Amino acid sequence: MSEQLSITASQLTKRFGDFYAVDHISFDVRKGEIFGFLGANGAGKTTAMRMLTGLSVPTSGTATVAGFDVYTQSEEIKKKIGYMSQKFSLYQDLKVAENIEFFGGIYGLSKSRLKEASEKLLHTLGFEHEAQAIVGSLPLGWKQKLAFSIAIMHEPAIVFLDEPTGGVDPITRRQFWNMIYEAADKGITIFVTTHYMDEAEYCNRVAIMVDGKIEALDQPKVLKQTFHAPNMEDVFYQLARKAKRSDG
Amino acid sequence: MNTLIYILKKEFRQIFRDPAILRMIFMMPAMQLLILPFAADYEIKNINVGIIDHDHSDYSRLLISKIEHSNYFELAAYSQSRAEGLKWVEDNKADILIEIPKNFEKTLIRENSATLALSANAVNGTKGNLGAAYALNVINEFNKNIRAEWLVLPRMNPEPIIQIDYINKFNKLSNYQHFMVPGILAILLTMVGGFLSALNIVKEKEIGTIEQLNVTPIKKYQFILGKLIPFWLMGFIILTIGLIVSYVVHGIVPGPNIGNLYLFTGIYVFAILGFGLLISNFTSTQQQAMMVAFFFMLIFILLSGLFTSIESMPAWAQTLAWINPVTYMVDVMRKILLKGAELIDIWPHIKTMIIFGILLNGLAIWTYRKQAL
Amino acid sequence: MISIQHINKSYGKKGEIPALQDISLDVKKGEVFGLIGPDGAGKTTLFRILTTLILPDSGSASVAGFDIITQYKDIRRCVGYMPGKFSLYQDLSVEENLSFYATIFDTTVEANYHLIKDIYDQLAPFKTRRAGALSGGMKQKLALCCALIHKPTVLFLDEPTTGVDVVSRKEFWAMLDKLKKDGITIFVSTPYMDEASLCDRIALIQNGSILSIDTPSGLIQNFKYPVFGVRTDNMTTALKQLSQQPGMQNIFPFGEYMHIIDERSTLSVEQISRFLSEHQHQNIDVQQIKPEVEDVFIQLMKENNSQ
Repeated sequence: MSEQLSITASQLTKRFGDFYAVDHISFDVRKGEIFGFLGANGAGKTTAMRMLTGLSVPTSGTATVAGFDVYTQSEEIKKKIGYMSQKFSLYQDLKVAENIEFFGGIYGLSKSRLKEASEKLLHTLGFEHEAQAIVGSLPLGWKQKLAFSIAIMHEPAIVFLDEPTGGVDPITRRQFWNMIYEAADKGITIFVTTHYMDEAEYCNRVAIMVDGKIEALDQPKVLKQTFHAPNMEDVFYQLARKAKRSDG
Repeated sequence: MNTLIYILKKEFRQIFRDPAILRMIFMMPAMQLLILPFAADYEIKNINVGIIDHDHSDYSRLLISKIEHSNYFELAAYSQSRAEGLKWVEDNKADILIEIPKNFEKTLIRENSATLALSANAVNGTKGNLGAAYALNVINEFNKNIRAEWLVLPRMNPEPIIQIDYINKFNKLSNYQHFMVPGILAILLTMVGGFLSALNIVKEKEIGTIEQLNVTPIKKYQFILGKLIPFWLMGFIILTIGLIVSYVVHGIVPGPNIGNLYLFTGIYVFAILGFGLLISNFTSTQQQAMMVAFFFMLIFILLSGLFTSIESMPAWAQTLAWINPVTYMVDVMRKILLKGAELIDIWPHIKTMIIFGILLNGLAIWTYRKQAL
Repeated sequence: MISIQHINKSYGKKGEIPALQDISLDVKKGEVFGLIGPDGAGKTTLFRILTTLILPDSGSASVAGFDIITQYKDIRRCVGYMPGKFSLYQDLSVEENLSFYATIFDTTVEANYHLIKDIYDQLAPFKTRRAGALSGGMKQKLALCCALIHKPTVLFLDEPTTGVDVVSRKEFWAMLDKLKKDGITIFVSTPYMDEASLCDRIALIQNGSILSIDTPSGLIQNFKYPVFGVRTDNMTTALKQLSQQPGMQNIFPFGEYMHIIDERSTLSVEQISRFLSEHQHQNIDVQQIKPEVEDVFIQLMKENNSQ
């Protein structure tokens, strides 16, 4: 079972006082799947992601990530996942090579493997000449591609991407999705949030969160049929418009 | 273990790439030690003393000339009436008043004791207090000299003995710098250990990289050690720079027990780092951390006996002073640098500081959360 | 209303980092003008120059008839500016923020209430709440109210919808449409290409240079190359296979479809369909489509980079 499913969540809940940030959500993510996680601002996406990555303890419900329990085995989970968020993935004051070395090192890559992975990474990105550049001086699109490559350098079972393409130019955005596809082809499960609705179409399955609950979960094609919508943007709009607390 | 090395590598790279931190490490100790002791020293050397002499005897004149010839006092006024003397104080012309009563010489010779009235202007408290303390010392010297004269009268060649005693005491006073320099060094160590470490960790919170680290398999102790070790080592660098500056500029020779100082500094900076870590656990922006650290730093400095002697504090403040880790560092620094204290002399302080270290770091590690509740 | 001639601006000690290169454009009265480009394109720099916060290295510009250098005080009085970063006082309440901005412009909330009424009605239930505790969409509405409270003639909105969800974005654009009807000229920037069609005219900007200025429909009509939309059951494989074919390198995923920009105008629907069926794809759907703003941007960006 756990070989087939990367993430399982059942009645997963996070409550702050009497506010249910995440309200009894249940879903499974299959191995190698690109799973899109959409929702309006404040719908609970980030909180859900924080629980799955072991940054936050759920209030109730159960969840496993890579076969490990989020309550008791969060440290085991952390060895198996990669994580990249829009704003803060890399050290801006370190060089490209130094960031690679640091993150590779703390994931326990051996010296030889680190060297090999680092060379391969720089080569794939075409960054050989930028290895000694300070990350802060790179354009945003480059940083995001680098951050993603570093997040999957230790070959995690699952990588969590929190709005990875915000503000990136259209060409880089597509290159970025190519990288996501390649990672998925290698068997890495992708869990991604985004505000670009065309990107929702690239996912194998999409969950849409409204007011802390998952209101729809299926393949984009099926969702569009169910909601009689021409595109994912319309599906999202129909669901999220009903949200009561998007402005709480 | 390997993970820790990678973390340390990263920390050092970041520290040495940040010009603000480098300036703080290398320039701050040098500048503070160059400027502060002299600035503080200047004020104390010009204490205006008013003397009211009701006696006009040889001894009273001798005392007055002693006071005049010491380096600290400026004879501001000389009078025979008390009211006039108080007027000087009111006009801020005199910081302290020494009143020599009638029959001072007579009583001194006859009863082997005499009374002097010493009043200090408390408006400029430091000047008044220090002036009073110095004056007391000069008077004590005077007293001792007279007694010595009487005691050794039958013997031959008493001068050297008296002189040596005199010089020792006098030097201790004259080098107010020597008094300040160790204290400033102690404060610098506190700043680096408490301030910089807290700011460094909070900076990771502020830019958000701490989230990234929290989803990696880095262990709590690895992260904390990775943050503490660089600043711990930096404490030694600062101490060394400070000692060099104080030797070159102030002529303070560290003496043979310098190893003890490094030993104590190691324990002290460890304890203070725990404090910095504690601050960073309860703040989320560098600004907050700065404010909290500044608040404590002020209390620490004022209650450390750096400027005011702990003995002259009220009892409750003395209690506070002895639960202030900085007090111990200032004290040990002075004991070793000025007195050349042995390990046995600072042993009680070492024990106390180890307890501080365990308490502060224990509390810090306990309150550090890799995972939000 | 806004007129920009040959503006240049660079950063760095020796001006070695160009932010804007020879920017010229005009915005007419009552127009919604969109400045569209990714992060780092120079949008914010241009905004800061026009709102008189920084000076250009060379070139001239005027806003509402006032020169940005000599008459900056007049400009500040008549423009509303909503910076990209949330710029309100997080520790003041909704009401307090609004009356503060009214006060600094020597007016009152009541005086221009009609302008913000529709927007403020949605905020009213939270008027005693601190701005810092509002959701993203609400913060954005409050910021818009504050930028409007002194009845500006020109409104500058720097990335008002970045990081905001689709629903709030739609609401926001509906609000802008109302303001336009009130005669306010709006200069807005966005990284979202799909918002381009909501502007009267747009400028595409990349690496500090303007790629093109046109109406959204003009931009699409004037696009030189045919564009094909392609869909099969296995998009990833199809993308790889097609991108290796001559004349088809210019292929990008576009949501449900992939778009092929046919630079040499040699492709046909049949040709692509045949290729895909030869490679055992199922449910093949190929059609020649109208390009989107994003297609145009990608193509212009490519041409600009290769120069």
